[in-house]
Amino acid sequence: MSDRILMKGNEAVGEAAIIAGCRHYFAYPITPQNEIPAYMAKRLPEVGGTFLQAESELAAINMVFGASAAGARVMTSSSSPGISLKQEGISYIAGAELPCVIVDMMRGGPGLGNIAGSQADYFQATRGGGNGDYRIIVLAPASVQELADITIEAFDLADEYRIPVMILGEGYLGQMSEPFSLPEPSGKTFEKPWALTGAKGRKPNIIASMRLTPENLLEEHNLKLKKTYDKITEKEVRYESYLLDDADYIIVAYGTSARISRSAIIELRKEGIKAGLFRPISLWPYPYKELKKAASHAKKVLTVEMSLGQMVEDVRLAVMDDEKVDFYGRTGGMLPESGEIIRRVRHYGS
Amino acid sequence: MEAKTADFKYVYDRPKSLVDVPTHYCPGCGHGIVHKILAEVIDELGIRDDTIIVAPVGCSVLLYNYIDVDGSEAAHGRAPAVATGIKRVHKDKVVISYQGDGDLLAIGTAEAVHAANRGEHFTTIFINNAIYGMTGGQMAPTTMENQITKTTPYGRDPADVGFPIRACELLNTLEAPVFIERCAVYDVKHVLKTKRAIKKGLQNQIEGKGYSFIEVLSMCPTNWGINPVKSAEWVHDVMEPYYKLGNFRDI
Repeated sequence: MSDRILMKGNEAVGEAAIIAGCRHYFAYPITPQNEIPAYMAKRLPEVGGTFLQAESELAAINMVFGASAAGARVMTSSSSPGISLKQEGISYIAGAELPCVIVDMMRGGPGLGNIAGSQADYFQATRGGGNGDYRIIVLAPASVQELADITIEAFDLADEYRIPVMILGEGYLGQMSEPFSLPEPSGKTFEKPWALTGAKGRKPNIIASMRLTPENLLEEHNLKLKKTYDKITEKEVRYESYLLDDADYIIVAYGTSARISRSAIIELRKEGIKAGLFRPISLWPYPYKELKKAASHAKKVLTVEMSLGQMVEDVRLAVMDDEKVDFYGRTGGMLPESGEIIRRVRHYGS
Repeated sequence: MEAKTADFKYVYDRPKSLVDVPTHYCPGCGHGIVHKILAEVIDELGIRDDTIIVAPVGCSVLLYNYIDVDGSEAAHGRAPAVATGIKRVHKDKVVISYQGDGDLLAIGTAEAVHAANRGEHFTTIFINNAIYGMTGGQMAPTTMENQITKTTPYGRDPADVGFPIRACELLNTLEAPVFIERCAVYDVKHVLKTKRAIKKGLQNQIEGKGYSFIEVLSMCPTNWGINPVKSAEWVHDVMEPYYKLGNFRDI
């Protein structure tokens, strides 16, 4: 473990990507993630890498497609409206089974919205705005340390399953400075015999998502993708639990909302109210089974989000008891208040 | 008379890099000609093992099935971005983006202009046949004035949808490209000229010179609704006066 240093989340993700072996990064400026391209523009040339400011989000994600097809570890980053533009490319990358890492530091929407942190793109991240039957892994860190650690993991997951991995944070996480330790490289290596390297001594490799003929059925391809998705669902679910063992009241929250919820839980415990936190880290695959189990003995499950209620749909799918599931959210870049969480949970017991 | 097979030899063979399969192209289409001369150039330069080709959305979407090299598809208009990503990883490979007129001048104008403006070290082969082929004959950015298509049933009216865009002239305003040439494939003489231009474009890349752009005026008998012979004449008589053939830049 290296010494603790102070960095913004957006810079930490950049340095962690370089530690993970990422040497190619393509992006288009958008607030509140501009520190990522600025950091990469400075750092990548120092390590022999390529930073390129693309002419658009569309171009950036398709440069990612090309670099990934060529076998490189590659990353792009953006924020909500920019991710909307990247969705076309994400669908193609998923269809062509290419690995890549996409960072989304969410901001308020819809439309141009504002530049404050938000969680209003949970649907966009986990359901995908691109066309077709596809999934991407979505990881939601809640601190600068976890953001850096997850970046290392994201590159390995992308290569292992040949799938795009999205790191989903709120603008706050990107802008926040926290002391953290730089992560170590995982040391994992992945062979890429499918990559475009020039067909010397072999038949040509083709990177494509189009499947038109009976010998090359799209359904068969999609069922193959499904097998990968099933394996990921089985093996890569990530979540954190805090004071859940005896909890009567469970708060489900991710990212910044989870940090606020944790402070509320500490206050509630002081009052003798048994509250606990269930924090999904992988938003896809979602920890349905784990949440279901955790919620089985709880009296109430409060979902806290910085949105009008998006993850709460997954919470309902997990808990399968509409009476038990409650929701509290702030929208338009506003933060949920710890006081309001405390008031609600107190009220459940009265 | 007794046949002496030993006396026969191949003087005109299929290029090694051209895969021996039936193509899906219509009779009289220019894509097959350009594919073949591209394969010949790859053979002549000895770069089969070092070439990566990016196919566009459009009729030539299956290009990678016909040329025996590593290949990638690209979303509509994004071939220059995909080619940029590939070339930035493999600086020693020969990367080609092969694009149509809708791809390069409508949905992918930004990618095409900016890749050229950065002087990306790849080569673009741009097939201009003044129409959308694969989707069934809609107006392209290069559709001629008064030309009838599925979406200009009364003829292209510049007052309504603008004039045909000249790609070479547009890109020739940029500083970075090292080679820009417009060619045609309606007769043997012009096919040979096109081949020379493509060869130059790939050589420039091998020599690390920069971005090369070769536009090829091509035929689409099916969607133009005329036969292959008349289509070749139409390129000469109607397209060529507007899209002047020749070299715009050779640095």
